[in-house]
Amino acid sequence: MARTTLPTALRHHLAALRMLLALTVITGVGYPLLVTGIAQAGLSEQANGSLLTTHGTAVASRLIGQNFALPARHPGDPHEVPRPDPGWFQPRPSAGGYDPGNSGASNLGPTNPLLTATVRARRAALAAFDGVPPAAVPADAVTGSGSGLDPAISPAYAYQQVRRVARARRLTPARVRRLVTRQLHGRDLGFLGQPYVNVVELNQALAEEARPGPRRPQARTGLTDS
Amino acid sequence: MGDTAAGWLQAAVLVAALALSHRPLGGALAHVLTTDRHWRIERLVYRAGGVNGDADQRWPAYLRSLLAFSFMSTLFLYAFLRLQDHLLLSLGRKPVPADLAFNTAASFVTNTNWQAYAGEATMGHLVQMAGLAVQNFVSAAVGIAVVATLIRGFTRKRTDRVGNFWVDLTRLVLRVLLPISFVFAVVLVAAGVIQNFHGAHAVATLAGGRQNLPGGPVASQETIKLLGTNGGGFFSANSAHPFENPSGLTNLIEIYLLLVIPFSLPRTFGAMVGDVRQGYAVVTVMVLLWAASVVLVTANELYRVSSPAGHAAGAMAEGKETRFGIWSSALFAVSTTLTSCGAVNSAHDSYTPGGGGMTIFNMMLGEIAPGGTGSGLYGILILAVVAVFVAGLMVGRTPEYLGKKLRGQEMRYASLYILTTPALVLVGAGLAMAFPGERAAMLNPGPHGFSEVLYALTSAANNNGSAFAGLSADTVWYNTGLGVVMLLGRFLPMVFVLALAGSLAGQQPVPVTAGTLPTHRPQFIGLLTGVILIVVGLTYFPALALGPLAEGLR
Repeated sequence: MARTTLPTALRHHLAALRMLLALTVITGVGYPLLVTGIAQAGLSEQANGSLLTTHGTAVASRLIGQNFALPARHPGDPHEVPRPDPGWFQPRPSAGGYDPGNSGASNLGPTNPLLTATVRARRAALAAFDGVPPAAVPADAVTGSGSGLDPAISPAYAYQQVRRVARARRLTPARVRRLVTRQLHGRDLGFLGQPYVNVVELNQALAEEARPGPRRPQARTGLTDS
Repeated sequence: MGDTAAGWLQAAVLVAALALSHRPLGGALAHVLTTDRHWRIERLVYRAGGVNGDADQRWPAYLRSLLAFSFMSTLFLYAFLRLQDHLLLSLGRKPVPADLAFNTAASFVTNTNWQAYAGEATMGHLVQMAGLAVQNFVSAAVGIAVVATLIRGFTRKRTDRVGNFWVDLTRLVLRVLLPISFVFAVVLVAAGVIQNFHGAHAVATLAGGRQNLPGGPVASQETIKLLGTNGGGFFSANSAHPFENPSGLTNLIEIYLLLVIPFSLPRTFGAMVGDVRQGYAVVTVMVLLWAASVVLVTANELYRVSSPAGHAAGAMAEGKETRFGIWSSALFAVSTTLTSCGAVNSAHDSYTPGGGGMTIFNMMLGEIAPGGTGSGLYGILILAVVAVFVAGLMVGRTPEYLGKKLRGQEMRYASLYILTTPALVLVGAGLAMAFPGERAAMLNPGPHGFSEVLYALTSAANNNGSAFAGLSADTVWYNTGLGVVMLLGRFLPMVFVLALAGSLAGQQPVPVTAGTLPTHRPQFIGLLTGVILIVVGLTYFPALALGPLAEGLR
């Protein structure tokens, strides 16, 4: 009865709203809940972010890059430039400092003098840091990624860092190089994307190689006893 | 395998997968749009909505339903965004400011998915899945519904009925978009895309720092974002984000998803008009334009054309993910700008002048190769109408397309359609450049800065949604202006398409004679391609000359 007294236009819009709500229940609630249920039941590792753990504690997602910088000298200062830690393999430069709350790229254009200057400065700094000729530094080492969270570097950039990491960790370069080689990923299915090394996984392997003690339960017990 | 061989193989596998899907998916869509049988769940939806699922509508009634639905969607989404702090799973996010909420609501309802916000900082999980992602489904269905009326205009005779909006909408969502999204969502989760309801999860990093890993129902939203050529990312970095697109394999799946419906719709068209050759002619033009663009963008990026920063770095790696590289990034960039998708797996702003300029040009083509879900096909059919008309002028007889005469009335609607988007782009970009505050939103200096503004207006008016993201577009002016441009760029063309559909449906078909222009032969494919390039080229050349061309020739 109320319906027949409503103006036609209003009736149209109410019907439209009810259609929207019906489709919202199906596609906006039912569908994501169903996918989540299946994902959590059968694919929980991936569904929860492909976490890497050390001693049972999550330390990273294998998909999200991290900073491997020395502790800040002036922790309160947002303008302080982070210094790379020579004992870790370094990831690519990141527009958002590997903060997942701030994903994104530098968006600097190909003819922007600021980008050219930044790239040149990074090339010079990395050549000195890793002890290689500037011309040998690969492109991914001097450019930021699209997401600012890229966990991967080129195999060339990984191998470039072997000597420096080995020296800082007092390991033989051959041992560190073996770690890199073990972490080489080919293209997906042999032809999709590019070959890469995952810096987060590589550094986790490095940490386990360099500090074998805490991994063994006995050693940990010994520490708590003393 | 080397980069070049892998790159070509990737493109070949993509084309093969799309070719294999063309017939079954196109045929299924034709069935969905023509059958008389309702599913039980569809009847339930019609009852819940209080709409009649059995009455065909005249084109003005169809348009009224479409506009009422889109208007209520915009209001609902706006309210959702403004009130999200009072809702479940808000993760403590604040209400979205009024101008940004209007922009975002307009953006998702129009299938644009321009994002002036960063998802990980602005949106709670509920508003993503029950607000934004719902529009991903329904706005895609609305686009296909509109092209369905145009096809019916060609197939029906002496009627004023073009279909039932509610039936088209519901069936496309429930029978096509939802099942495909569901299957691929599970596939993407298996390949590493997250799907949970966690908030940010703090970890102590390897180097002794802290990092907050985000959560969210990402995979379910990711598939429809691509399948519906929406493009609005769960995260700010969109498909460059490793939680949205973790590997070379997921990258190819995502490109496939964003192309599969637009490349299959010509089959739907051919099947519905009873001559599949008509569909093959249209899809051939689409494939030609797409392939040419892939080659041009990839070559520009590989050879670092006119890019001092790329030469300094040794490769165009800025803004591209290591796991993708140039080939997989360029393939995505071309596909997303030639559809109305606008998802990105790399920063278009950092592409070479030629590569980035092509992404703008792709959108300026009107996103017809293959275009957005539905909007791509109606866009190219309007241009086919123009091509037939041009050919008719050459020989001096009344042009006909698929047995329907193209008279003054039909050409008026087609012309208005073609004029709408360029007017919005060029007037909008001109206005933005006239105001110092809006000019200051550019990140990059020189012609590239103008390209950022041109890109934004082109993206909004064509309902693409990707960006030269250096532009600081989260201002009241850009949020409001681009919101209005998106709404006009979506719904004005739809008015003209529906009017054209109504006008065609009312005609008695004329028999094919020796003088009828065949519209399935290579001759017509060439004619249509030429008309597309000339119409777009003449319209936009001055604007392109000020942006990408000036930058590239410097």
